[in-house]
Amino acid sequence: MATSFTARTALNLALVAAAAASLSACTRPKPAFQTQPPAPAPTAPAPTTPDTAPPAGPVGSATVPGSQQDFVVNVGDTVLFDFDSYSIREDARGILAAQAGWLRQYPAVRVRIEGNTDELGTREYNLALGARRANAVREFLVSNGIGGERITTISYGKERPVDPGTGDEAYARNRNAKTAIVSGAR
Amino acid sequence: MNSMRFLKSFAFALVAGAAVFGGLAAPAPAHAQIEVNVNRGDIQPLPIAVPAFGGGQVGADISQVIAANLQRSGLFRPLDPNSFVERDLNAAIQPAFPSWKQINAQALVNGQVTVRDGQLVVDFRLWDVFAEQQLLGLQFTSTPENWRRVAHKISDQIYERLTGEKGYFDTRVVFVAEGGGRAARTKRLAIMDQDGANPSYLTDGSYIVMTPRFSSNSQEITYMALRPEGSAIYLFNLETGRRESLGNFQGMVFAPRFSPDGSKVAFSVERSGNSDIFVMDLRNRSTARLTADPSIDTSASFSPDGARIVFNSDRSGSPQLYVMGADGSGPRRISFGQGRYTTPVWSPTGEFIAFTKQIGGQFHIGVMRPDGSDERILTSSYLDEGPTWAPNGRVLMFSREGRGSGAKLWSVDVTGRVLQPVPYPGGASDPAWSPLLQ
Repeated sequence: MATSFTARTALNLALVAAAAASLSACTRPKPAFQTQPPAPAPTAPAPTTPDTAPPAGPVGSATVPGSQQDFVVNVGDTVLFDFDSYSIREDARGILAAQAGWLRQYPAVRVRIEGNTDELGTREYNLALGARRANAVREFLVSNGIGGERITTISYGKERPVDPGTGDEAYARNRNAKTAIVSGAR
Repeated sequence: MNSMRFLKSFAFALVAGAAVFGGLAAPAPAHAQIEVNVNRGDIQPLPIAVPAFGGGQVGADISQVIAANLQRSGLFRPLDPNSFVERDLNAAIQPAFPSWKQINAQALVNGQVTVRDGQLVVDFRLWDVFAEQQLLGLQFTSTPENWRRVAHKISDQIYERLTGEKGYFDTRVVFVAEGGGRAARTKRLAIMDQDGANPSYLTDGSYIVMTPRFSSNSQEITYMALRPEGSAIYLFNLETGRRESLGNFQGMVFAPRFSPDGSKVAFSVERSGNSDIFVMDLRNRSTARLTADPSIDTSASFSPDGARIVFNSDRSGSPQLYVMGADGSGPRRISFGQGRYTTPVWSPTGEFIAFTKQIGGQFHIGVMRPDGSDERILTSSYLDEGPTWAPNGRVLMFSREGRGSGAKLWSVDVTGRVLQPVPYPGGASDPAWSPLLQ
């Protein structure tokens, strides 16, 4: 799991780097958020090497604070659960505390907690289990000062696995709750 | 939607065979020599000959559908037509019994198709070969495009005459058609004949649908839809195509099931992470809460008399089966074996409760008595799930998923002897069997 998280983070970083490269080719984002819509994209020149390896560069400086990317990359949007459990794990507390801190910093942001399960269960039971997980994350955030009106929950049960594979690693990744930003991000 | 018109436009004319076929005595069921005992697990399928009906291609097609139905029931063994000695049977003349005895056909089905005033008229006879006796002689009339339903009706007549129990062939199955592979699965509400023919699709796959169920009149289904904004349960009228939400429940709503008389729907509502069972009276839309336990309570299924409900709860610490009164009174645990029990479904006869059981890294479909006794495991695989009963309570359909592969529909008889895939070519899950069509 630890290794896969690292791999995922690396992938996210690569995507952000690619996005930053294409973004910097048309407009150069300031650290503060933009006050007017960007120029129409079609006329902007394409990056010179879009299909090769991600360009090297200062990735951290390209992430807009308060953005979806900022939340996913610098905070972490997903926490994992044990089999048939909705207890917040020790390794999830830090991530959720960071989510609460970030949400306090960006009070316009509203989120939807999406509860998910592995496929080792039947459909309806897993819907209920995913709902328990989503609610456990919601309660954690609320108890850390986030207004309940900013947080909705949904369970996808076993319908939306992040890892389509089978085996313990895939199951472990699919037992999760993801905090998805619905609105208010920069 | 072609399939919707079936139900409405299909009217049968049934004519007693003896009247049409005056040369022979009326059927005498009491003296029949052959009989199929559906209760014996080690049964030898009855050898039966189903030669092509007269009347061209449609006659041959009808007899093929009949033979396939009987074969799939596991109670009959249709004989290879190449072995037939007597050819070109005439439905109006008694068959040459010695030539059928010669190939050890215990029963013989023959028939004749004619088209009269644009209507398909199908005469058929069922014979006890060794008693040299006619067991059935019936005539069906319908529109030509309904030839498969005529074949299913005839199959049901044969099944009932030889087993003494109602058949289940003139039925349909509502299910979820799956596409897109495991990484990007799409789910469409779909309906087909029980033998996989005539599939049609009722939703477009732009959102997730789950767990459809038929009402007792076969015209209406209920199902759950899941979107990022929330979940909903719907009634969908197959005849009119009208869809109606059962309302907003301020939380996830899922696992809808009709009561046996179709007047109520039981379902689960989740609030603050806790799922409980509710029931709505469809006549006045009033809702009553049936469970109030801080556990998962879901997958409610009514007994056929409507008096009790079996459901799934993890109040003991792991998912198990419980039975309570239809008003929520007196919940009592009935599953005590090792493993996790889910998706209970009461059989149409009231005799059994089918379930999914998870133990030792495998999933199983099984049955037990409503008091929890006589547990019997019928299947085993990486992921078997969600049984549904044929209306006569003899066959279960369920979805089976191999490790890493998509879900497919399978069926198994209640003895566990006849296990086979349902001949629907695509990915599919969550089957629900209709009652016998009218």
